[in-house]
Amino acid sequence: MSLRRPVSPDGSAAAFLDRRRLLRAALAAGTVAAAGGAPSRSRAAAVRTRARIVIAGAGAAGLATAARLAARLDGAEITLLDRRREHLYQPGLTLVAAGLKPPGYVLGETAAFVPRGVRWIEERVAEFDPVARRVVTDAGRSLPYDHLVVATGLQLDYAAIAGMDTARIGRDGLGSVYAGPEEAAATWRALSAFADRGGTALFGRPSTEMKCAGAPLKHTFITDDILRRRGNRGRAELIYNAHSGALFGVPIVSERVRMLFEERGVRVNYRHELEAIDLGRRIATFRTPSGPVEIGYDFITVVPPMRAPEAVRNSPLPWQDGPLAADGWVEADRATLRHPRFPEVFAVGDVAGVPKGKTAASVKWQVPVAVDHLVADIAGTRSEAAYNGYTSCPLITRIGRAMLVEFDYHDNLVPSFPGVVAPLEELWITWVMKAIALKPTYLAMLRGRA
Amino acid sequence: MKELDPWVFLAVLQEMLGPLLWGLLALAGLAAIGFLAVLVRDRGRLRARRLVWAEAAGLLGGIAAVLLTHAVTDSGFADIGGPIDWVVLAAIFLAGGFGTTIAAYAVFGLTGRNDRRHRIAGA
Ligand SMILES: Cc1cc2nc3c(=O)[nH]c(=O)nc-3n(C[C@H](O)[C@H](O)[C@H](O)COP(=O)(O)OP(=O)(O)OC[C@H]3O[C@@H](n4cnc5c(N)ncnc54)[C@H](O)[C@@H]3O)c2cc1C
Repeated sequence: MSLRRPVSPDGSAAAFLDRRRLLRAALAAGTVAAAGGAPSRSRAAAVRTRARIVIAGAGAAGLATAARLAARLDGAEITLLDRRREHLYQPGLTLVAAGLKPPGYVLGETAAFVPRGVRWIEERVAEFDPVARRVVTDAGRSLPYDHLVVATGLQLDYAAIAGMDTARIGRDGLGSVYAGPEEAAATWRALSAFADRGGTALFGRPSTEMKCAGAPLKHTFITDDILRRRGNRGRAELIYNAHSGALFGVPIVSERVRMLFEERGVRVNYRHELEAIDLGRRIATFRTPSGPVEIGYDFITVVPPMRAPEAVRNSPLPWQDGPLAADGWVEADRATLRHPRFPEVFAVGDVAGVPKGKTAASVKWQVPVAVDHLVADIAGTRSEAAYNGYTSCPLITRIGRAMLVEFDYHDNLVPSFPGVVAPLEELWITWVMKAIALKPTYLAMLRGRA
Repeated sequence: MKELDPWVFLAVLQEMLGPLLWGLLALAGLAAIGFLAVLVRDRGRLRARRLVWAEAAGLLGGIAAVLLTHAVTDSGFADIGGPIDWVVLAAIFLAGGFGTTIAAYAVFGLTGRNDRRHRIAGA
C-alpha cells in the first residue's frame, strides 16, 4: 500500500478512461452512472485547448482535479501550486491515533501524484486576485489564469484556544489527532498511558465547520474500546463535549450516536466548546450558554476551530454574508461548485463554502462535477452535472466495527449498498472497508481513477 | 464508494496490492491452467482420492483466508455485527477454500501425489 508508486502515463490513462466510458455506455441508464449526480462522461475525445488553469492546493482535491483535467483536456496549461511536498492521507490519522498504524501510513509524496503534463510549482498562493484573474505566490510570482480551482483545504486554528501548544501533544495527557502524523502517534501514546491508569477524558469539537465531523466521535469510541480491552473502563470517565445541542449534524445519526454513547457510558455535555486550556494544571475551560465552565482532565483530545487559509480569507472569494462568511469559506454554488461572482473560479474540497462536505468522500464526488463544468466552459457546451452534497464517514464504534454513514445536503441517508450494508448498524464489513479499502480508494481518486 | 464500476474496482485493487496484484492474478491463472491441464490429461475425470486431499487443503486455505483478513484488519470473530458480516466471512472462506482446492488439485495432479485408480465421473 505504498503511496510512492509512479503515475501511470497519460496515454494509458486516456485509453483506460475510454474503455471505462464504453463500459458505462454499455451499462447505460442502469444503476451505476446515475447515482449521486455523477457527471456524464459521454464525451469521447479530449478537448483541445490552450486555456491556462491554475489549481491552488495539491491535497486530495487539487490532485484529483489535476488528474481529471489532464485526462480530459489536450494542450491546456495546468499549474498546481502548493509548497507542501508530503502528501497526507488524513483519514488514516484516526488509525494512527488508535495505535494501529505507524505515522508513515498517512505519508506520501505529492510528486508521485502530479499527472504528466501538469506543472507543479512549489509555492503557495499568497494573494488571490479574481478581478484581474491572477494569483500571486509567496515567492512573488504572478500567474494569470483563465480558470481557477481553489483547493487549499483549511487551516487548523489552534491559536484560537488560549493556552494550547501543539508542541506539547503527547505529554501531560494532551492529544490532538488533527495536528499531523507525528502528533497523532503522540496522541496514541497519551491515550495508551491514560488507558493504563484511568481518570477523566475529555473529547469534543469546535463550533466552526470542520473536516470529518465524525472523527472526534470515532476517537471517543476507540478510547472507550481500548479502556475495555485493558480492563480499566470502570476506572475512567469519558465526557464528550458537543458544541451544539446535537452530537452530529445529521439528526438520525446524532440520535444513533446518543444511544451508543449511553450504552457505552460516555457522558455528554451539550453546548460546550473548548475556549482555553491549562496544560500544566490539566484544566479545560468551555464556553457554555451560562458562562465559562472548567473541567479537570487526565486525558484530552483537542479539535481546533477550522477556517479557510489566510490567503483565501483575505481575498474577495469568501462568502460576503451568511453562516459561511465568518470563517472565510469560498462562495460556491452548492450543486456546481462554481463561484457565483467569479464564474471562472471553482472551489472544491474543504475550502468550498457549501454545507456538509469536508471529507475525502465529498472530494471524490465534487471534483468530477466541477471538472465537468470547467471542461464544458472550455468546449463551449453545457454540463448538467450536479453535486448532491454526498458525504460519507465510516464511523468507527470500536476497533473491529464501524457504521457506514452516508448523507446528502438534505440530511437524507444515501446508502451505497441499500439493504446490504445497513447505515446505522455497527458492522465488521464497514470496519474492514475503512481498514483496507479506504486508502486505496483515496489513492485511486488522486489519480482520477475512482 | 458509491460506484460499483469494475474499472474503479480494479484501480482500487491495484492501489491496494501494487505489483502483488499481478503476482496473485498470475498465480490464480497458473492454478486454473494447471487444473485444466490435469483434467484434460485424465480425460475429463476427477480422481476422487486426489480431490479429497485437495479439498482438505482447501479447508485449510479457507481458514487461512479468514485468519489473514482478521490479521490485516486488526479484528476477529467477536466483531461480527450483522448478517452481511457472516455472508462476507463465508465468502472469504469459500474464495480461499475454492482457490486452494483448485491449486492443490493441480499440484497433486502434476506431481503425481495421491494418485490411485479410484475415479468419479466429472467435469
Ligand atoms: C483526523 C481526520 C480524519 C478524517 N477522516 C476522514 C474519513 O474517514 N473519511 C473521509 O472521507 N475524510 C476524512 N477526513 C477528511 C479529509 O482528509 C479531507 O476532507 C480532505 O483531505 C480534503 O481535501 P482538500 O484537498 O480539500 O484538503 P487537503 O487534503 O488538506 O489539501 C489542501 C492542500 O492545500 C495546500 N494549501 C493550503 N494553503 C495554500 C495556499 N495558500 N496556496 C497553495 N496551496 C495551499 C496545503 O498545503 C494542502 O496540501 C479526515 C480528516 C482528518 C484530519
